[in-house]
Amino acid sequence: MEPINDQTIIRNFSIIAHIDHGKSTLADRLLELTGAVSAREMTPQYLDKMDLERERGITIKAQTVSLAYQALDGKTYRLNLIDTPGHMDFSYEVSRSLAACEGALLVVDATQGIEAQTLANLDLALENKLKIIPVINKIDLPQADPQRVKEEIELLLGVDSAEIMEVSAKSGTNVHIVLEAIVKRIPAPSGKKDNPLSALIFDSWYDTYQGVIVLIRVFEGKIFPGMRIKLFASNNEYEVNRVGIFSPAAKDTEGLSTGEVGFIIAGIKNLRDIQVGDTITDACQPTIKPFPGFQELKPMVFCGVYPSFPEQYNPLREALEKLRLNDSSFTFEPENSVALGFGFHCGFLGLLHKEIIQERLEREFNLDLVSTAPNVVYTVTTLKGDIVKIESPDQLPPPQEIAHIAEPYILASIPTPVKYLGEILKLCEEKRGMQRDLKYLSPEKVVLKYEIPLNEVVWDFNDRLKSLSRGYASFDYEFLDFRNSSMVKLDLLLNGSKIDALSLLVPKEKAYYIGKGLVEKIRKIIPRHLFEVVIQAAIGSKVIARDSIPPLRKNVTAKCYGGDITRKRKLLEKQKEGKKRMKQVGKISIPQEAFLSILKVS
Amino acid sequence: MKNSDQSLPGLYIHVPFCKSKCPYCDFYSITSLSLIPAWLSGIKKEVLIYKDRFGYFDSLYLGGGTPTIISEPDLIHLVDYLFTHFYFSPDSEISIEANPDDITQEKLKLLRNLGINRISLGAQSFNDYDLLYLSRRHTVLQTRRVIEMIRSAGFTNLGIDLMYGLNGQTETDWCKTLESAVDYKPEHISCYQLTIKKGTPFKQKKFKPLNESKERSLFMSTSALLEQAGYLHYEVSNFAREEKYICRHNAKYWNHTPYLGLGPSAHSFSPNQRWWNVKSLNKYCELLQKNRPPRAGTESLTEEQLQLEYLCLGLRTSAGIDRRFLNNLSALKELTDAKLVSIKGGRVVPTREGFLFADSIPLLLSE
Ligand SMILES: Nc1nc2c(ncn2[C@@H]2O[C@H](COP(=O)(O)OP(=O)(O)OP(=O)(O)O)[C@@H](O)[C@H]2O)c(=O)[nH]1
Ligand code: SF4
Repeated sequence: MEPINDQTIIRNFSIIAHIDHGKSTLADRLLELTGAVSAREMTPQYLDKMDLERERGITIKAQTVSLAYQALDGKTYRLNLIDTPGHMDFSYEVSRSLAACEGALLVVDATQGIEAQTLANLDLALENKLKIIPVINKIDLPQADPQRVKEEIELLLGVDSAEIMEVSAKSGTNVHIVLEAIVKRIPAPSGKKDNPLSALIFDSWYDTYQGVIVLIRVFEGKIFPGMRIKLFASNNEYEVNRVGIFSPAAKDTEGLSTGEVGFIIAGIKNLRDIQVGDTITDACQPTIKPFPGFQELKPMVFCGVYPSFPEQYNPLREALEKLRLNDSSFTFEPENSVALGFGFHCGFLGLLHKEIIQERLEREFNLDLVSTAPNVVYTVTTLKGDIVKIESPDQLPPPQEIAHIAEPYILASIPTPVKYLGEILKLCEEKRGMQRDLKYLSPEKVVLKYEIPLNEVVWDFNDRLKSLSRGYASFDYEFLDFRNSSMVKLDLLLNGSKIDALSLLVPKEKAYYIGKGLVEKIRKIIPRHLFEVVIQAAIGSKVIARDSIPPLRKNVTAKCYGGDITRKRKLLEKQKEGKKRMKQVGKISIPQEAFLSILKVS
Repeated sequence: MKNSDQSLPGLYIHVPFCKSKCPYCDFYSITSLSLIPAWLSGIKKEVLIYKDRFGYFDSLYLGGGTPTIISEPDLIHLVDYLFTHFYFSPDSEISIEANPDDITQEKLKLLRNLGINRISLGAQSFNDYDLLYLSRRHTVLQTRRVIEMIRSAGFTNLGIDLMYGLNGQTETDWCKTLESAVDYKPEHISCYQLTIKKGTPFKQKKFKPLNESKERSLFMSTSALLEQAGYLHYEVSNFAREEKYICRHNAKYWNHTPYLGLGPSAHSFSPNQRWWNVKSLNKYCELLQKNRPPRAGTESLTEEQLQLEYLCLGLRTSAGIDRRFLNNLSALKELTDAKLVSIKGGRVVPTREGFLFADSIPLLLSE
């Protein structure tokens, strides 16, 4: 196959949508209508690669597909559909995928209307100056209300209602009109073929046979096999072995020219050598300026991950290594806790990312894990002027050496029915949020934007939002920046010994309240012992909350004859099993839930 | 007690009949006395199932229910049948449970003649308020008379069963009951703390559980008082005036000595096997009618399970367990430091306070 000479027939676009609004189904229909996949071959959500994603209904790894579409004007167009990760933990990756496009289909469920992810994705698309094509999906459903959703979209985007399409991705109704709109409304890529090569990396993954596969969008110039390329951020040079497109099967081409989207294989061994957002150029004739917006991907949420049983330490390490082969955005380092033994300190892009990794560890690798409360990354400026990143409460320098601590803030988008607004405002205030915007999409629906410390969100924000709005409000976010705040380290002590895995960094003004809640929670979880167990929450040497578990005074059944023995043994067997899952600190047995429960102190 | 005798199996017969049902009781017993003949022919059929597998016993325990409820001819018939089909060593312990309200001079004479040499008397309390609270069918006066009768009938092995921890019973009340019992110098005393089981009328309304400190204090005083009076506290709830009065039959439950239980709801154990009968007389008779063993369940114990039982049964008795059996030495040290167990003659034995934690200690000692 030859590279495309005529840029005017190329259209690069993404589909952006809230979860379950029909992104994958619409992609399936587009593949089918353009003949890329026959109806017979089609399995639902064709583009979602991994099983886990399909079960959770989330696309994590973007996969791109090139479609050939013969439009009504008789010309055959090359439509490059660029899939985006489905969650804002990956917002940087989403933004890079969107940067590779000129337009985006904004899919909104006709029964749900605009939701948090719709907004967060839209913000990213607008930042990338994409042409937005609004598509209302699921109009076949009896409870569909396209008119209402249309009004919401008009208010949000300031578009004319005539520009909004109504489709059913499931039945295929009006999907051909969407294809026409892609051709008509999305501009063809600009950029000059004769300029030096400038291509954006927007995705990459590891293939056991091929090594690293890199997805790129060519903005200027051409790329072809045999070419020596250079990566801007890493300064590494490689020779291109293969170039091609996915349609959807991988197909080698003689090269990719300006405006095209496809893959390259260039003998890159390690996923870590490649960074999404980096720019590829010609090693012999480099472009002067890289594609703007590159950032190094940094984990924002950290927690300790420990095997429930010590013998699973090595299998856990091997599993983490395997997962990292295909996900360079999470990190892990061995760590040792008095309470939990040997495990790993892991870093994730966000909460969902953490959940997905944990679930894969448990499910695909059959591991039984205990994880500590997640905490966010902080930057501490010491009095000497050094800036240190703090990934766990233990790393905090002594208070007398700290000049100030900064914590990450996010911008949360929360669309909600108006009747829950009051409660949600209260929640956001409680979570130290600052209101940035409040906009009515209709008399019933309002969109809130809040700047909130990420720390407040990693705990129970989403759960509480869902429960106080009966599931009607949704929530999504993007990272903003680091801001100074007064954090203190809260320690939990059992009979005077600090339980390292239960330490937390908390805002000073909330320390008392959180400490009290934590002590109460732990009190309910730790079983009674033969001695009193005193639970204390302390900041430094100052105890701010205290409670105790009275000792067991007696534990014996009066009778034990023939008919009681089996029951007694079974109970003991169960307790023995339970004991194995408890962590011992000194003489105190701590059930594993204790390490998770601290998430829910409010 | 000779060692060889100690390892002979015991035979238990469950007599599932009572005049009326006590509100705290969760034993299997019914009040339709008309079914006694059906039960008796069931027992006889069940004897035939096991007569080859279990030949020789050194204890027989007629329990219930209320074994003394069955008529003289039926009782004679039953005991004769057992003695015909099984062998009992000459010094066998032959016990029967009796309630003060169904003992008569004649019955005692009969029991003696049948070779029964131990009576376990369900006195429960020497306080009439307590008896009322428990809805027992007898009075303290009756109990006193019956004890005298038992003695004068020539029984030299009497066990008195008592119950404490009742609502409205003070510690002083309880100690008085204990002292009254001790006055009769019974060879054996069982003191059960009232515990409320699921499905009993007591569970539903009447009983307010005591707090642990109260329970603890009652337990400790009971043990102190009886040991003071010369009794051996040989199991959580059991006391013997001398070693030879330790209930030989019950000890088999705690030593993993084989036992055969006949009758509905009875449990049996023979090396590594345990089985239990259906808890319904109708079902019991029905299965036997079809020549099927009337079992509700069986289990084969693994070595690990046997060891676990050894641990939890042993630590309920003053004999304790063999120290060499324990690997968790740090836990053992903690428990000796806490004075919950002590080491005596190579055995780990619970202290008086240790008995109070008999359900916690095996878990602490296990690995
Ligand atoms: N009735 C009806 N159902 C649809 C339509 N489009 C999608 N669905 C259903 O809606 C559900 C979600 O669709 P997906 O295509 O998986 O949604 P998605 O946006 O890709 O979700 P993620 O991949 O999880 O982000 C599926 O059960 C689809 O079958 C439609 O037009 N009509
Ligand atoms: S007499 Fe004994 S077996 Fe019968 S109901 Fe009362 S306590 Fe239970």
